[in-house]
Amino acid sequence: MATGKKQPMVQFKGILKRFGDVIAVEKMDFDIEEGSLVTLLGPSGCGKTTLLRMVAGLEEPTEGDIFIKGVRINDTPIHKRNLGMIFQNYALFPHKNIFENVAFGLKYRDVSKADITKKVTQALEMVRLPGVEHRMPSQLSGGQQQRIAMARAIVIEPDVLLMDEPLSALDENLREEMRREVDNLQRMLGVTTIFVTHDQREALSMSDKILVMQAGRKQQEGDPETVYNEPNNHFVADFLGHSNFIRGEVVGVDDNHVNVKIETGDVLLAKNKGGFSTGDAVEIIVRAQRFDAFPSDEFKPLEGMNHFGGRIKDRSYMGGEVSYFIELATGREIHIISMMRTRLYSNGESVSVQVSPHHCHLIPLE
Amino acid sequence: MIQIYTVLVYVFLFAPIVVVIVLAFNPKQFGIFPMEGVSFRWFIKLAQNESIIEAFKNSLILGSLTAVISTGIGILAAMAFIRFEFPGKNTLNTVLLSPIMIPEVVLGVALLLFLRFLQQPKSFALLLIGHVVLTLPYVLLIVQARLVGIKKEYEEAAKSLGANAFQTFREVTFPLLLPAVLAGALFAFTISFDDITATLFWATAQNQTVPVKIFSMLRNSISPEINALGAVMIVLTVATPLLAGYLSRRFSKIKE
Repeated sequence: MATGKKQPMVQFKGILKRFGDVIAVEKMDFDIEEGSLVTLLGPSGCGKTTLLRMVAGLEEPTEGDIFIKGVRINDTPIHKRNLGMIFQNYALFPHKNIFENVAFGLKYRDVSKADITKKVTQALEMVRLPGVEHRMPSQLSGGQQQRIAMARAIVIEPDVLLMDEPLSALDENLREEMRREVDNLQRMLGVTTIFVTHDQREALSMSDKILVMQAGRKQQEGDPETVYNEPNNHFVADFLGHSNFIRGEVVGVDDNHVNVKIETGDVLLAKNKGGFSTGDAVEIIVRAQRFDAFPSDEFKPLEGMNHFGGRIKDRSYMGGEVSYFIELATGREIHIISMMRTRLYSNGESVSVQVSPHHCHLIPLE
Repeated sequence: MIQIYTVLVYVFLFAPIVVVIVLAFNPKQFGIFPMEGVSFRWFIKLAQNESIIEAFKNSLILGSLTAVISTGIGILAAMAFIRFEFPGKNTLNTVLLSPIMIPEVVLGVALLLFLRFLQQPKSFALLLIGHVVLTLPYVLLIVQARLVGIKKEYEEAAKSLGANAFQTFREVTFPLLLPAVLAGALFAFTISFDDITATLFWATAQNQTVPVKIFSMLRNSISPEINALGAVMIVLTVATPLLAGYLSRRFSKIKE
């Protein structure tokens, strides 16, 4: 395009979807770069699947346009869009064997019989399941079926790969393995991918870009680190990771820090990323993992760090880490997840909690 | 005790049928027990009775055509009802299913009156239309039930891979629907083959079906031929579903 920038693979322009009176997707503009893996992340009913289905052509946008490679595709029927779609429940054709399943899309493209066989074999090798051509889908495990579904989708060399919660039906251990598999395959092929999930770990570990959605609205878009460390608002911070929200008022701003007076009367320092001035009502967001807890009697505060005292109210031991709920002097509770660099604290024990201003992220109070 | 009751119920249900089949082999004109030997006399007589052979042919043709047409319409209607939204859907569905609830006598008379209104003579076409109306609800119910169970994702996957609506139906939906289609067709055939109440109103002298024929034979005299004919019909109506079941099992085994 005229901007000189590389043209995005997929573009949403003012996309809006209404089901009767319900707005599933609120006016949205969003670009997806070629070759990237973009995750649509949000709780169920947030409109992420609807958005994906509109790209696929399985739903029609009420307003707005969708472009693929710069071409408006609103009126292109599904079967002419050249997309690979992967479903939560695999959706392998149960009456066709694996070969027929994978070859399905090639039948409708100009591919000779010999090439079909070759491409199917290649695709099966790519998903590391060679030699299963003559089996029926029901004879494969869930993970294997999902790999076949991937082979079926990539064999047609789609412009965009659409994945609708592809790992949700798998059990925990397998999910981790498949997540890496999908990730590797996507990078190897360099195929633009839209991945819908409600699982933040999938989103954070795989994506080049995450679009966090709630109630049909875009809450934030950005790379995993930005979305995780610098959430735009309360929802994003709450949805991703374990967050503590501490309300307060800005009482001073200097070049490095914003000073926030919180309800306990303590003044906490937060790193100044701009945008706040004295008198603003804010929320400080601190990830549970960012706190360090020390035994009160041994604690020596470090210069420039935030710290306050409290008492262990509740703990749950989770092997690698311990989750503590710490009651502060005012009765407020904070949640910390400790990697146990010191020792296990018992309920009722007095501790001092320390967190660096660097890990205190400010958002305006909603 | 419950076992005895069960046996008695089965005896009550099946004894008359057994009697008909046994008496079909009775060499005498009148059905008297104990029988004096076994004979195929009435079967031979049956095979030589051209009006019965004619009725048999009529029934087979009528049943087959009914099955084909009912199944065809049933599949299309089921697709519309399950896969698409349109105004008046529920009403239309109820209307199509209503022949199950309406007494057959009423249906029979209604169609005749309608024909009178159109000033058309009774014909084979009328009989066929009538039987389609009678059997369509059953086909529709069976096919709909199966279609509900076929996840939309299969069709969506096929379309996303490049198959158009018709190819998707041919390659994915129809093969998955096939057991229900066969069952529906079988139902339609047996209902059509068996029907007497409505058919009595619609049949003409030229296109009598077997049940109508039996009914008219009974009005004259109780000929042992009827026993033979009954035996043939029982064997046929029992054998057809069994054969279909066997074939479908064989078929699915080959597939795997």
